[in-house]
Amino acid sequence: MTTLVGADIQDIDEVRRSVELFGDRYVRRIYTDHEIDECCRRAAGVDGALASRFAAKEAIFKILTSGNPWASWREVEVRLESGRPTIALRGAAAEQAARQGIATITLSLSQGAATAVAVVVAEIDREQ
Amino acid sequence: MSGTVPTIREILQANGRLPVSALTLGEDDDLYQHGLTSHASVNVMLALEDAFGVEFPDVLLRRDTFKSVAAIQNALASLGVDQ
Repeated sequence: MTTLVGADIQDIDEVRRSVELFGDRYVRRIYTDHEIDECCRRAAGVDGALASRFAAKEAIFKILTSGNPWASWREVEVRLESGRPTIALRGAAAEQAARQGIATITLSLSQGAATAVAVVVAEIDREQ
Repeated sequence: MSGTVPTIREILQANGRLPVSALTLGEDDDLYQHGLTSHASVNVMLALEDAFGVEFPDVLLRRDTFKSVAAIQNALASLGVDQ
């Protein structure tokens, strides 16, 4: 069993600025409808929730070795299941994960006043 | 200097959050090595769309598309923006 680890940190103010500058165009280019709905219901703040999800997407891209680190952010979806963050991959991201033999992905999110952090651990059940 | 390059530089300066001036970088300088982050690239992309009236399709949403002023210029050319 091989383990891959990806991590990313995202400045929350950067996300806030992008929302202010580009509004819906920014949000819908990066986040899925499900993510937008979940973030809008976060009492701790939409911008921090969006930032943590962006960090999660970037963390995933760091373990997908397709050579195309940010092909489509919307193909990587963060979902909360019983309060725990999980990752759902679609399209090319899912195909690349399958090619790499990624069997499980575990996601951890953390957020401070200024930054959001995501760590992804992926387990490969066969060598490619 | 090409017609689109000054606008590309201005957009990078305003949206790229680079620790160096985008106005003085070479056209082939690697923007990521000069501090461009993936998130800042999103802002650059959206500002380019506003400035040039185009939309970057998924096929161009690659790291390489925004790695230099020249690469951005080529991407815009592929979208039909007059150089």
